[in-house]
Amino acid sequence: MSVDAKTVRDIAHLARIAVNDDEIEHLQGELNAILAFVEQLAEVDVTGVEPMTSVTPMAMKQRPDVVTDGGDPVAILQNAPAREGDYFVVPKVVE
Amino acid sequence: MTDLTALTITAAQDGLRRKEFTAVELADAHLTAMERARGLNAFVLETPERAREMAKASDARRAAGNARPLEGIPVAVKDMFCTQGVRTTACSRILEPFVPTYESTVTSNLWRDGAVLLGKTNNDEFAMGSSNETSCFGPVISPWRRKGANTHLVPGGSSGGSAAAVAAFLAPGATGTDTGGSIRQPAAFTGVVGLKPTYGRCSRWGIVAFASSLDQAGPFARSVADAALLLRSMAGHDLKDTTSADRPVPDYPAAVGRSVNRMRIGIPKEYRFDGMPAEIEALWEKGRAWLTEAGAEMIDVSLPHTKYALPAYYIVNPAEASSNLARYDGVRYGLRAPGGEVIDMYEHTRAEGFGKEVVRRVMIGTYVLSAGYQDAYYVHAQRVRTLVKKDFENCFAAGIDAMLTPATPSAAFGVGEKSSGDPVEMYRNDLFTVTVNMAGLPGIVVPAGLDGQGLPLGLQVIGRPFDEETLFSLGAVIEKAAGTFAPERWW
Repeated sequence: MSVDAKTVRDIAHLARIAVNDDEIEHLQGELNAILAFVEQLAEVDVTGVEPMTSVTPMAMKQRPDVVTDGGDPVAILQNAPAREGDYFVVPKVVE
Repeated sequence: MTDLTALTITAAQDGLRRKEFTAVELADAHLTAMERARGLNAFVLETPERAREMAKASDARRAAGNARPLEGIPVAVKDMFCTQGVRTTACSRILEPFVPTYESTVTSNLWRDGAVLLGKTNNDEFAMGSSNETSCFGPVISPWRRKGANTHLVPGGSSGGSAAAVAAFLAPGATGTDTGGSIRQPAAFTGVVGLKPTYGRCSRWGIVAFASSLDQAGPFARSVADAALLLRSMAGHDLKDTTSADRPVPDYPAAVGRSVNRMRIGIPKEYRFDGMPAEIEALWEKGRAWLTEAGAEMIDVSLPHTKYALPAYYIVNPAEASSNLARYDGVRYGLRAPGGEVIDMYEHTRAEGFGKEVVRRVMIGTYVLSAGYQDAYYVHAQRVRTLVKKDFENCFAAGIDAMLTPATPSAAFGVGEKSSGDPVEMYRNDLFTVTVNMAGLPGIVVPAGLDGQGLPLGLQVIGRPFDEETLFSLGAVIEKAAGTFAPERWW
């Protein structure tokens, strides 16, 4: 399978990465090189093989459902690129 | 006084114990070496004040008779580990201003045991690379050069700064992370010991997440015994990482020097490929001879799905990366680019913050997880991964204790030699290491010789899950037979 220029633009948008028109062709070539490389997987017979979900067999651990952390707005906001008081600031989302 | 930077961790511990020097003197010697070696670009942040403060506290503890397992030992930390109050960037522009308010579990464990932080080391951006050339701080220059040449070589990647720091005597030990070979390949390229533990052996908490089902932290050192000492401190169960293994940490240093008599070592035939350099083949042969000499038995085995591990990895890895890197949105931390609408802000932040390799992987990952393609790519690759793991399980079930393979398909290459062309060319560096991550197994790389151009080459030993001890025993046999290798100082 290979991707066309439109698909490259769609993927970039899904990935939330702005891509200039002059970068599309180059990216398309690189993505197609990788997709061509992984194409050989099609020849593997995977009938009856379970997809791996956990590389080491383990049961999901559980802990008591209690609050163990939090209530520290100073630490949480310390690296915020934009803030007002104890809030993160983002561009307007709803009209 | 002897040059304190020449000491292994084990030797430094002896010297500290005998009061031949203090932890402050030991830290200072390394800080001076780091200053002189800035041209290698191994460190992206030196922390001299923190180092001296920690060393001073360490000397006080020792004086009070409370020395801990790594008391006063200086270490370098890959910039993928969050360090409280010390800038942590993953060598990406998107995290350039990030100062964590918490400490990763692995580094916490090192400080708990008395280690001293020298600084943060360079790596490929978000650990995506095999040459340390994708770092936003620029490439690391290997302390090794080809005989009679002064071409700059790569130290390998992604943990290139840690490997170069240990090889150039800037630190006796360092931490790395290994997702597809990022500890073992640079260890091989720089002639040091590097170990990727079993998945779950070290907590991933506080390590910048790349591909969560593959990532694992591990040590670099100049001897097998030192790597064992570091791992003993780094490993352990952690409630903050649900995939961390709830099992005791063995006394790894005790495994060094243990007999390997009658061990059954698998030699996987699929690791021999067309066009394999004769020097790599010869090195592998030597390794077999050394282990045979030590009483182990070499057994030809087959891992039939080996050739599919790398392509399957280049689906699983970008898929998980694209999902993990979705968090970099310019809202809570890191870089934010101005933009009118919120979507514009996201898109410009990520375009400005991510380098080329990161963009490639996030896009491939987004594609293979997108509606209509997920079964064909991602789920299919995870089925292949089950088969890759099964190959190893079959061998271990048949009585194989460990496998011996070459570490890399070649010695180190020049800066710029492979980074401009086809991305798949670079990916092929991980040919021998990636299977181990796909199967969640432990693997150690031990320097085993020099090639015709005077560059180090390594051998890899792959073990059963949670049997790092056998790797240390076998690694020590190789080390004893091969000797150790150090670059000639030119920097």
